[in-house]
Amino acid sequence: MKKLRKPVYFACGYNTISLGTGRSEFHPKKPRPGLEEYIKEAGQGVIAQISDAQHIDEGIISNFIAARFNRQAHLAAMIPMIDKALVHKPCSRVEGACASGGLALSNAVRSILAETADVVLVIGVEVQNSVKAIYGADYLAAAGHYKAERKSGHAYFFPGKFSDRAGAYYEKFGEEGAREAMAHWYVQAVENARTCDNAQEFENKTSDLLSLGMKSPNPKGFVDHLNLFDCSKVSDGASAIICASEEGLQKLGIAKEKAVQVIGVGQSEDDLTKAPEDLTRLTTTKDAVEKAYQMAGISVDEVGVVELHDCFSITGILALEAAGFAEYGKGGDIVKNGDTKRDGKVPVNTTGGLVGYGHPTGATGIRQMIDVCNQVTGQAGNSQINMTNERPYGLTINMGGNDRTVVSMVVKKAE
Amino acid sequence: MNLDERLSNVAIVGAAGKMGSGISLLLAQQLGMAKAKNPDKDIVLHLIDTRDQGLYDLVQYIRGQILKMAEKQIVKLRQIYKDRSDLVENSEIIDELVNTTLGILRPTKELSSAKDSSVVFEAVIESESLKIDIFKQLKSICKDDTYFFTNTSSIPIKVVDEGAGLQGRIIGYHFYNPPAIQKLLEIITSEKTQQDLQNIAEELAGRLRKTVVCSNDVAGFIGNGHFIREGLYALQKTKELQEQHSFTCAVYLMNKVTQDFLMRPMGIFQLLDYVGIDVYNFILQIMDKYIEGEEFKNELIDTMIKNNALGGQRGDGSQKDGFFQYEKGKMVGVYCYKQDNYVPLDSTEEWDKLLGDYPASWKPWKKMLKQKQDVVAQIFSELNSGESLGCQLASKYAQASKEIAENLVKNDVALCNGDVDKVLLTGFFHAYGITTI
Repeated sequence: MKKLRKPVYFACGYNTISLGTGRSEFHPKKPRPGLEEYIKEAGQGVIAQISDAQHIDEGIISNFIAARFNRQAHLAAMIPMIDKALVHKPCSRVEGACASGGLALSNAVRSILAETADVVLVIGVEVQNSVKAIYGADYLAAAGHYKAERKSGHAYFFPGKFSDRAGAYYEKFGEEGAREAMAHWYVQAVENARTCDNAQEFENKTSDLLSLGMKSPNPKGFVDHLNLFDCSKVSDGASAIICASEEGLQKLGIAKEKAVQVIGVGQSEDDLTKAPEDLTRLTTTKDAVEKAYQMAGISVDEVGVVELHDCFSITGILALEAAGFAEYGKGGDIVKNGDTKRDGKVPVNTTGGLVGYGHPTGATGIRQMIDVCNQVTGQAGNSQINMTNERPYGLTINMGGNDRTVVSMVVKKAE
Repeated sequence: MNLDERLSNVAIVGAAGKMGSGISLLLAQQLGMAKAKNPDKDIVLHLIDTRDQGLYDLVQYIRGQILKMAEKQIVKLRQIYKDRSDLVENSEIIDELVNTTLGILRPTKELSSAKDSSVVFEAVIESESLKIDIFKQLKSICKDDTYFFTNTSSIPIKVVDEGAGLQGRIIGYHFYNPPAIQKLLEIITSEKTQQDLQNIAEELAGRLRKTVVCSNDVAGFIGNGHFIREGLYALQKTKELQEQHSFTCAVYLMNKVTQDFLMRPMGIFQLLDYVGIDVYNFILQIMDKYIEGEEFKNELIDTMIKNNALGGQRGDGSQKDGFFQYEKGKMVGVYCYKQDNYVPLDSTEEWDKLLGDYPASWKPWKKMLKQKQDVVAQIFSELNSGESLGCQLASKYAQASKEIAENLVKNDVALCNGDVDKVLLTGFFHAYGITTI
């Protein structure tokens, strides 16, 4: 695996809140911010941390499906709205379902490597509370293969897909242990979200989270093997970050200690028109993460913080196995024994992940990078975990659809 | 004719009224779903009322409610439409059920539209003469095997049957308000009611997921047999309280005793407002006419009817003024019959002080819903020995309420105490059975 031909850095991240049920600001019937407000807030939040917006050479915006949620396409042309300095700068929008954010990051890395830019402003956004969840499920189902899967799919399409994965996993490794691990995943997600005031579950005051996580699924109203606490949230939000070369960092006046260097990029794609061969494995995720490790020249044991794509609790467990943190079939064990908690061996999703922080789909990949960047550089505030010299690296895994598009990155503190 | 065959052509008379619109929705849900499953079958629901705007509002109401139902039942609907390759997304499936349901509705002002209906529901106002007149017309319009369901809440079925000459083809089918939400359904058969009709009525109740209580054919039946008498008792007690307190104070006290001290969802006068003073008065008159040896009259109710302080709800469901004045559902004033105006309920502290302390183990109604019988017994033992005015009034009131319930069984209206309790628990949302305290 080739190394990156020159150093590439991420810095100056900004997350808006993840708005939706659970947040006290959220009221289904009251007007809420739209795409414009989120894009502006996140973009300007980044620009406030740099010397001059004029130094931004390029803009990339990731979004899954505003064309349906908000009846708005052509989001690249919303980037100049953030700051006058961005007018006439090259901008593009990328889409890869829930991995859109990861794709935006990898595209930004390529622009730096191609030397067409020294500074790229990367933004992700999604506003999903514009419709009831039952209609949102229709829109999000576009991440699957509409022609072959939608008609036969569940009303809640993706919960249905991952419920099937949970069912297959139960059959192979036993339901009881897996269900317990999924409940612990929910507990960990909310506990971590409580440390981050942008997180959707920040205000969650429930004392007995485990009982909620253990609730029996309701196949009549929802899906066979997942309860609502197994699921990521319906969220509105945006995230933005700077991707820069060495020269770029200097122009922006960003101190190295506040940046991370990306040393491994793994991107992987599988055929959308084909069903996964084995529901108990995330093979595309595995491929992407292994590529990232290989490029970075590190092993799984050197990873000290992880942001992975837990669109459902079962997905989190499958991703732990795919990324090598646990053996096949043993992912649940390291959740139950506390290894993945914030004071555990390898803290996972330290601000709550998709289940706890929220999942504004197009923004999630970027939010993950911001959180890893904050942890590795010691800027994570109340969410800060203890990083050790033995495990200095941060890992992100951003997945689109049913393990079809995956972007994984390894970062380290910039030197 | 089995129930499915009968349900292929149904009419509702008085469809746009408070009860009629709820019954219309329940039937629209049933028939709409049946049409979705059997698109080639003739299924129609005639919605008959006298006002064009009422019918327009009714169709909009049904549309909105079917949409909500379809959204909730999407998992089941995807199964029903699984062979329709043109319906893929949830939104398409939901729209299809809404459109299918709207497609079976026949809103009309013509009673003659019911001519082919095998089942006709009647939900016009509680007037004996009007109901008899309508059923007479329906008898001549409809086929000889049509079954009639009357939503009367008090008029003996025998009276309507004989008045219209239906010869046992009518049954009492008393929904509680609002019919689409309230689980309770009182079914009343007269001596003549045909057995097949009774069977069909019970089968339909099952499909509508109602909790059925069968009442004998005595004016007021079980629900109003209890409520109307309780209301009269409360009015009498209020009059007694007036010897020491102002009328407005007495109304406030009695309402608070019956809500808070008795741990019920509403006070008696708020409930009277909810039902409507005019409706209450209709039922009083009917019970007075058909029940011997008991008087169903009240001067204050007569005065309020005269002064047009009628309670009830507006078209949008908001509460109209009666014993109390309401703003956004909250009581803000209390009626003064002498001046025919409302005295603001700004500061009630003095009045609350008069009532004094609650029993030590007391809990508000919502919390009582989850309590076991021994907790109820404990609170009532404290209430009965309590020295505060509130406890004393509540204790006597509960005793009166219990006697009314027991008399319904004694007088052969209800089959057993359990049936009366079922009505109070399900239809009036009481937290405990009155016959068991």
